[in-house]
Amino acid sequence: MFAEFGYGVLLVSLIVAIYSGLAAVYGAMNKSAALVESARRAMLLTFPLISVAAAALIYLLINDHYEVAFVYEVTSRSMPTYLKVTAWWGGQAGSLVFWSWLLAVFTSAVTLRKWDRDIEFLPWVILVSAITLTFFLGMTVFFENPFTRFWLVNGNVEPSMFAPANATVFTPQDGQGLNPLLRHPGMVIHPPMLYLGFVSYVIPYAFAMAALITGRTDDRWIRITRRWSLWAWLFLSFGLVLGGRWAYDVLGWGGYWGWDPVEIAAFMPWLTGTAFLHSVMIQEKRGLLKQWNMILIILTYALVIFGTFLTRSGVLSSVHAFANSPIGPFFMGFVSLTFIVSVALVIWRWPQLQAETEMKSMLSREALFLLNNLLFMSILVVCFWGVIFPLISELFTGQKVTVGPPFYERATSPLFAALLFLMAVAPLSAWGHSTVQTLGKAIWKSAIAALAVTVALFFTYTQNIGALIGFFLIVLIVLVTFHEFWRGARARQKTQGENFFTALARLMGRNRRRYGGYIIHISMALMAIGILGIEIFQKQTQGTLAAGEKLEIAGYTVEYRELASWDNQGEGVNYTRAVVNVYEDGIYLGQLTPRIDYYYDSQQNMTIPGNRSTLRDDLYILLVDWQPVSSIGATFKIYVNPLVNWLWIGSLLFLVGVIFAAWPDNDPSEEHARRNITRDNRQPSAAD
Amino acid sequence: MKINKFFIGGAFILAAVVYLIASSTQASAEYFMTVDELKADGAAAVSKSLRLSGAVIGDTIQYDAETLTLTFEVAHVSGDNAEIEAQGGLAEVLYQAVNDPTRQKVSVVYVGPKPDLLRGEAQAIMTGKLGQDGVFYADELLLKCPTRYEEAVPEQAATN
Repeated sequence: MFAEFGYGVLLVSLIVAIYSGLAAVYGAMNKSAALVESARRAMLLTFPLISVAAAALIYLLINDHYEVAFVYEVTSRSMPTYLKVTAWWGGQAGSLVFWSWLLAVFTSAVTLRKWDRDIEFLPWVILVSAITLTFFLGMTVFFENPFTRFWLVNGNVEPSMFAPANATVFTPQDGQGLNPLLRHPGMVIHPPMLYLGFVSYVIPYAFAMAALITGRTDDRWIRITRRWSLWAWLFLSFGLVLGGRWAYDVLGWGGYWGWDPVEIAAFMPWLTGTAFLHSVMIQEKRGLLKQWNMILIILTYALVIFGTFLTRSGVLSSVHAFANSPIGPFFMGFVSLTFIVSVALVIWRWPQLQAETEMKSMLSREALFLLNNLLFMSILVVCFWGVIFPLISELFTGQKVTVGPPFYERATSPLFAALLFLMAVAPLSAWGHSTVQTLGKAIWKSAIAALAVTVALFFTYTQNIGALIGFFLIVLIVLVTFHEFWRGARARQKTQGENFFTALARLMGRNRRRYGGYIIHISMALMAIGILGIEIFQKQTQGTLAAGEKLEIAGYTVEYRELASWDNQGEGVNYTRAVVNVYEDGIYLGQLTPRIDYYYDSQQNMTIPGNRSTLRDDLYILLVDWQPVSSIGATFKIYVNPLVNWLWIGSLLFLVGVIFAAWPDNDPSEEHARRNITRDNRQPSAAD
Repeated sequence: MKINKFFIGGAFILAAVVYLIASSTQASAEYFMTVDELKADGAAAVSKSLRLSGAVIGDTIQYDAETLTLTFEVAHVSGDNAEIEAQGGLAEVLYQAVNDPTRQKVSVVYVGPKPDLLRGEAQAIMTGKLGQDGVFYADELLLKCPTRYEEAVPEQAATN
């Protein structure tokens, strides 16, 4: 009943989405405002429609309707209700519905904005969103239908949407259940965060295409979508961080990022998105790089769809890729088609996208931003090369050759270091023109201080060259950025006669994007501390201990106390938990309880580390095995991950920075600031 | 003149990136092999960086907790996705590989915590080297258990 209903609503949503796109095009072609308005309302209608379909799916998930194949695959009776709800995006069919639903939410939100100044964009924005929505809904309706049920036909069970002849519905006793590794709060919100980021990028892309089609190729589309891109970037970044945190907490290998192809698939749109975020500023301030920005947003859109496809297909060997499905070729087709059409549009409008001025100085702000873009694109190329290398090598040599994490680490670390260096230098450069002298004058104090810290670290902490370079750059970024805050506030304090903190608060409030950006730079530096710490200084040991025996690592002493094992009947889990005492230099610090959860329904272990986390390091203990009868007790693997907490602290600060930058305000100083900063003659553009 | 300056800078970056990619690819290339290919190569495969794929044979899994040494055997499965699909999907291919006594097998040694996903009929993708003794020494072990995820028809049904 609910299955047919849900499927019917999905089908209607698909028809409405198709109508919306067609009406928008005809309306725009024939200058019919009424038809465009009809397209807009149709688009608005997709949101309640898909919501109803989603509600039907959630109803089936919560109420153990295992005759529905999707429900059978992702839930089981032992799962708590909130996990049954979030199982919505635990499998392919459901996550496609989830994607469509998010897109309907965003498109509805954007069609509700005030369009009076930009009415010519409206039909095309609707068209691009409608095409994307149609594609995703079409995938669910025709290929990955979450409402397919099991039917008993002549003793065989067949999945099918509609009843085959002489068939009765087959209801399994229980479902397979969500993989226990995915039953974690981090995993509950990691996919929707990533998807929020993915889907939000559709909106700036839609506006970019609208700008190309209408020929209104000034920076209006960028201004309208600036906040969209920021929020998209926020969600995508946070999705990536949450994935790392989940890996650290649950996968039990003492790491957070494994350069897995699927991780890279989510990382690639982040790279182009980050480059886009920076380069649009050059267009806004200087009227440069218009063609480049178009290319970046097109790439981001393509990589978003490609990323969704990679995470949900089986083309690459990966722990994440959990489905081989017929929709792969359709995704590739859709990505290729939209990419080719978009690039054709850019080529068609190429002359209108000429720069309004010329880049003169190699050290000007815009040149450094361009360099930043090149570095992000270089990392993208490295990632892309690593992902497709097995396919290339097989094509040319017949031998499948893969590259693993060492490839990525080696090839990207100089590029990341260069980005850190830019983060320290670029905020000091001026638009239009800077020289080595002006930059040197602005940076030398911070550089000397950073060097002093590095020398101190050399004698007290590490002699590792890579780490020292990293720490130098990190300290430099933090000092330069704080100095910028201080300089700005002091200047304002003098001219406005305010006290220092009022001046600082007002300064930041008036230049949200700039100072939000600086906060983000500091957060990146903090995250870099954590990454350096765990990548370079991680220590590990392992051993089998009888009760009372000890293991020593990096100043810590870990003493095994006891082990207990018990069942949680309700959730179908067996817990085996070890208790260890932790000492440092003979001082008792507390207890840790690493454990192994065994899930009966899926016959799978889940290793939960005991973790003692401080700003200096994490003591990360895994229970590996135990022998209940013999005199030898339990086996542990212990990691000490120095500084890794800064990664998580940095990501929280990152959140603050992006929200600060994206917070709505009426920014009256924005246009003003643009004229002040622009020293060179800037030809008037249509927007002025 | 101005343009030249930027082009030289760009060319320099391009060269650096090409160098980084080329040298890193060489330094960390891993040859993807199936068990059959490994057996066919014999001594030639010894001490090359390899990525080996195979089906885990459940009965052979042994774990020595004191030394954290994990040993098991893997049976040959095809490395070609299309071929796997044609034979009825990964779960089916793994099931057949494990239950076919004529398949070639390789012993694997891995030192570390026992992975949660390790079980019979899992697909193991291992990075490491083949020793002189014909045993594959894995540094990294990835496991896929296709039955855990998306299986079209419930198991209850298979016995009906």
